[in-house]
Amino acid sequence: EHHHHRIQQHRQKRRHRFQYLTRTIYGGGWFHPLRFITQCFLSLHNHHNFLINQFNKRMISLRVPAPSSFNLQRFNSGALERRWKLGRDCFLSFTPNRIGLGVRAAKSEMAPFTAAEEETLPEGLQPELMPKHVAVIMDGNGRWAKNQGLQPWDGHRAGVEALREIVELCGKWGIQVLTVFAFSTDNWIRPKIEIDFLLSLFERTLKSELETLAKNNVRISIIGDSSKLPNSLLKVINEVEEVTKNNTRLQLIVAVGYSGKYDVLQACRGIAQRVKDGEIEVEEIDEILIEQELETNVTEFPYPDLLIRTSGELRVSNFLLWQLAYTELFFAQEMWPDFGRNGFVEALMSFQQRQRRFGGRKS
Amino acid sequence: MGGEVRQLLEQIHRFSRRCLFRVLSMGPLPTHLAFIMDGNRRYAKKRGLEDGSGHKAGFSTLMSMLQYCYELGIKYVTIYAFSIDNFRRKPEEVQSLMDLMLEKIKSLLDEESIVHEYGIRVYFIGNLGLLNDQVRAAAEEVMKATAKNSRVVLLVCVAYNSTDEIVQAVKRSCVDKADRDVERIQLVDIEENMQMSVAPEPDILIRSSGETRLSNFLLWQTGNSQLFSLDALWPEIGLRHLVWAILNFQRSHSYLEKRKKQL
Repeated sequence: EHHHHRIQQHRQKRRHRFQYLTRTIYGGGWFHPLRFITQCFLSLHNHHNFLINQFNKRMISLRVPAPSSFNLQRFNSGALERRWKLGRDCFLSFTPNRIGLGVRAAKSEMAPFTAAEEETLPEGLQPELMPKHVAVIMDGNGRWAKNQGLQPWDGHRAGVEALREIVELCGKWGIQVLTVFAFSTDNWIRPKIEIDFLLSLFERTLKSELETLAKNNVRISIIGDSSKLPNSLLKVINEVEEVTKNNTRLQLIVAVGYSGKYDVLQACRGIAQRVKDGEIEVEEIDEILIEQELETNVTEFPYPDLLIRTSGELRVSNFLLWQLAYTELFFAQEMWPDFGRNGFVEALMSFQQRQRRFGGRKS
Repeated sequence: MGGEVRQLLEQIHRFSRRCLFRVLSMGPLPTHLAFIMDGNRRYAKKRGLEDGSGHKAGFSTLMSMLQYCYELGIKYVTIYAFSIDNFRRKPEEVQSLMDLMLEKIKSLLDEESIVHEYGIRVYFIGNLGLLNDQVRAAAEEVMKATAKNSRVVLLVCVAYNSTDEIVQAVKRSCVDKADRDVERIQLVDIEENMQMSVAPEPDILIRSSGETRLSNFLLWQTGNSQLFSLDALWPEIGLRHLVWAILNFQRSHSYLEKRKKQL
């Protein structure tokens, strides 16, 4: 009988091991040989592509013009470099610096903005092809923190550092508008402790950065549904917007409590009110009118040229619906705290290679 | 002799495809697939063919893709046939495209067409008033003729722009709610006035020819769909690309479902 029990245990262990295998390969469930094989091929092919792209990346110098069928995968697949840097940061994050100062992102320092000089663009980027408006979805803070073995709020703090670096780069390289997706209407379902932390982090960052932003001629605008935000945060937002409203170098738009559908809905309500008041006729409603009613009317370039999403997710998640009609999308594999300058340069280079035709024909 | 061999090969292909689809259907399958059929002209130029033949090759690729989708059991398929921005091209090109569309729409009504084979219900989405009368009449005829079919659905977007669709929906909801309180306009009011409300949101959006942008297609509906950008031009797209997209969809599906349950 003892023997029988041992056999049972052995069988259970084997089944358990299989489930671990199936979970890693295709998300769990019973073991189907054919499905297992196809998913293995998929992973192998992904890895094979990744290796080929690594080889290509190293062989082709950045000065050579791109081949006619430009392979986006070259820029989208994760880099070996970033992997060992991630390992290095895992090690570094356990250094004594971490205690008391919070966690740093991979590439940025804790220092505030450096002096506002015009920096020359890195090699390979052409100044006349730089996008005017860049939008960023800062995804992956939670996953980054989990990979490092930290708490989610450390991930958000590291995310703020990374954002600081990107804002600095945009100011230096002549990008005129930067929109960041900080908090979506869908994020309200997260645990209350995380939401409270995020909003208080946002408030603290705004207060501490106000001086540096004003000094660097950066204008901040906040868009989104502000009805659910706490009053203290609203006060800080109003103050920051007032103080920076005349700055011209870079406009930083932060989307808090924002979703693309909500934006179109509130534009629709505004238009309906104007129709009711007799200001416009129903037949006069067209795209330009809606564009003027959207919340992105705070800037003169409401349509992003480039949208960057980190953490490898291939979707837009309801951010900037109307404005993304002709935006070039770039999906980066690394998490947001690791994105930094290298990732940004890659995204910009990929953008500059693309041919934008807006539905017409490239003659 | 040659014909028999070909038939035999076709039978083998069909059988192996059925096996492959059986394996794929072990995992979660998308209900709604959307395609942006980009790259026909580049294909014609690459092969050195004359200008119009790229689109003809694209049409035959479309037919085979539809066949694979419906065999796999995907209920809704949306394709981006012609955009309002494409009217800005040269008039001869636009005219030849319109002629091709007229010919193909009329062929959908034939007995042996794919519509009757799979019981497809066809919708034509877009600002049909911008098309010329013949094409519009043919489109409406097809919509009426297939209205009784209910197995699978094909949505063809002609003279379509997502911003235009949203403008029409806003206009209609303003008119509907003119007498009531403006604050009561909700998301569902706009959504039910959209032309694409006959289908659920797409699970996957596939764009051929390597461009990674939406080009004013289904902006409202693709908020949560996976975007795949394939490097091949549209006439070069085949079964392997579809299988690839679905496998990738299945990989991230469990994570997505977890997130959706949280919502």
